[in-house]
Amino acid sequence: MKNPIIKIEGITKKFGIKNALEEIDLSIYEGEFFAIVGPSGCGKTTLLRVLAGFEVPDSGLLFIDGENMRSIPPNRRPLNIVFQSYALFPHMTVLDNIAFGLKVTGVPIKECYQRVKMLLKLVKLSGLDHRFPHQLSGGQLQRVALARALVKRPKVLLLDEPLSALDAKLRNEMRQELVRLQKSMGITFILVTHDQQEALSTADRIAVMNNGRIKQVASPTNLYESPSNKFVAGFIGSINLIKCEVRQIEGELCAVTTGLTKDLFSIKGKNEISVGQSYLMGVRPEKIQLTKLTDIDQYDNKLAGIINNITYLGRSSMYHVKVSGDENIVMNVSMSHSDRSENIDLCIGESVLMHWTAGSALLLEDHDS
Amino acid sequence: MKIKNNDKAPKVSLDYFYQWWFKVILCVTFIFLYAPILVLIIFSFNDSRRNITWRGFTFKYYEKAALNDGLIDAFINSLTIGIFNTLGSLILGILTALLLWRFRFPFKAVYEGIILLPVVMPEICIGVALLVFFNQIGWANNLPWPLSLSKITFAHILFSFPFVAIIIRARLATFNLEQEEAAFDLGASPGQVFTNVFLPHIRPALIVSGLIAFTLSLDDFVITFFTSGPDTITVPIKIYSMVRFSVTPEVNAASTILLLITLCAAGIALWVHRAKISRIGKL
Ligand SMILES: Nc1ncnc2c1ncn2[C@@H]1O[C@H](COP(=O)(O)OP(=O)(O)OP(=O)(O)O)[C@@H](O)[C@H]1O
Ligand SMILES: [Mg+2]
Repeated sequence: MKNPIIKIEGITKKFGIKNALEEIDLSIYEGEFFAIVGPSGCGKTTLLRVLAGFEVPDSGLLFIDGENMRSIPPNRRPLNIVFQSYALFPHMTVLDNIAFGLKVTGVPIKECYQRVKMLLKLVKLSGLDHRFPHQLSGGQLQRVALARALVKRPKVLLLDEPLSALDAKLRNEMRQELVRLQKSMGITFILVTHDQQEALSTADRIAVMNNGRIKQVASPTNLYESPSNKFVAGFIGSINLIKCEVRQIEGELCAVTTGLTKDLFSIKGKNEISVGQSYLMGVRPEKIQLTKLTDIDQYDNKLAGIINNITYLGRSSMYHVKVSGDENIVMNVSMSHSDRSENIDLCIGESVLMHWTAGSALLLEDHDS
Repeated sequence: MKIKNNDKAPKVSLDYFYQWWFKVILCVTFIFLYAPILVLIIFSFNDSRRNITWRGFTFKYYEKAALNDGLIDAFINSLTIGIFNTLGSLILGILTALLLWRFRFPFKAVYEGIILLPVVMPEICIGVALLVFFNQIGWANNLPWPLSLSKITFAHILFSFPFVAIIIRARLATFNLEQEEAAFDLGASPGQVFTNVFLPHIRPALIVSGLIAFTLSLDDFVITFFTSGPDTITVPIKIYSMVRFSVTPEVNAASTILLLITLCAAGIALWVHRAKISRIGKL
């Protein structure tokens, strides 16, 4: 990870009055598996299309491998795209589909077919060379689309929700396949998806987008463990958010009040917080422990409540707990069934105590900037 | 206990096909439609000048037709007009279809309607209109041979290119624009995208609509009648004049040949269309 292979500087794209992309700044490094996630309509596809050259940005600069892409048409950019619909050529066989990108740029036929054969093996499609696209399954189509782009040996491969048309099991397989291909070929991958799980399990770094803006760029662990704002915290995984006010800062930790109880909560703070300011306290469902309403004084960060509902999820259950003090706040608490053994008799309507450690809570800005 | 449920199976729509009255209607329809044509073909082999009663089998009248210079000329004219009409309406039809598919402009719906008007307009109106029109602009009547057919050719293009436009427009609607982008992305030039991706997609529609334009032109009588001159007789016109003289098996023979050419063209068109559907079906 030395020099950025893609450098985006202040790119803005408008459709009518709507800003599909606003002031995007992003650097993507050589050999990275980069994911872009965000809710539907946030501008992910538009960003990919700007990179590929199908959309011209209203302002901003785009460099690929140090070269300004301003006047370079799509067919001369050193990157390739795998479309969501695959966009295979229906009148060509698998072989011809994959060879297309080489033939049109004048690669000698013999070398062409050697490279195609090699790629067919790599994506595990050997033996299907002479099939037409309509004779293939969804997963096979996906592989052909992938091979057709990879055979060009692009510097960057763009993938627009490539797995969304596959069923859950196949999707999982293909995720691992993608990672394997990326590592073995050393090509930079940019994967667009609205599935946070997909991004977390494949990417080296992830950019979270919302409303045409990038909200955070970080590694999967950092994104989950220390999201920089409310949107990212809620989009990657789920989180319980409670309004709070900072009262005291002691080194790493700071003490906040919530107005729900008289107790102080301690949270691992960030650098630029100030006393007296309003924030949000965020706690992930699986970081909260549930016990019966006894020996209250034993714990530091605690809230009492009543179990409102229980959702059975197989490996774990989600407890929806109404906080005593404000009926409108419902905390989600996830408990795996192995932990639950002593709480086996927790049931709806029961009063419980939720508690968590200082290190597992997050302090987030209240406003969404 | 077994449940018998095949006594009174409810009738779904296709089951009516198996009812006797449906079959009768079907047969009668076919007889009405095709019996006259069958008689025409059979009597082209009739060994009788008057051609009223069957007198035995012969190829004589096919030979006679083949030696009839007027008839041969008419066939040459018809085929020439047919070919030029096909080319002309393909070019106009493709351009029209592309315009309607790719671009947005004011009054597009109105334009779309006007383009399709010749399809529904009575042929006799078009014929008379063209007769008056060509007279008004003083179109030269004594041009040398291939050019002398230009009047009829223009008239035929006028009524057959809308069919081409409709068929190609329908085909274009199924084109996945991402395919075009994918081709660009893979390094193809605009020309290569056109020949490798776009053309193969609309090729079946081109063949089908070309053949339809050809058959439309080949057997058109009404519009041709108003735009042809003494030197530019086409097959339908020639047959009509032969009939006025006398109905000999020679007329039947000429008609049978025309029928055969038309059927071949239509057959190829259907076959291409079917092949296209079965291959593209899943995508
Ligand atoms: N060609 C266009 N014309 C007008 N508006 C467009 C066009 N393309 C995209 N938009 C708008 O720009 C916004 C971003 O679209 P984009 O396709 O980038 O979203 P996305 O993040 O890819 O969403 P999804 O996850 O649903 O694919 C959307 O609000 C969309 O309506
Ligand atoms: Mg999209």
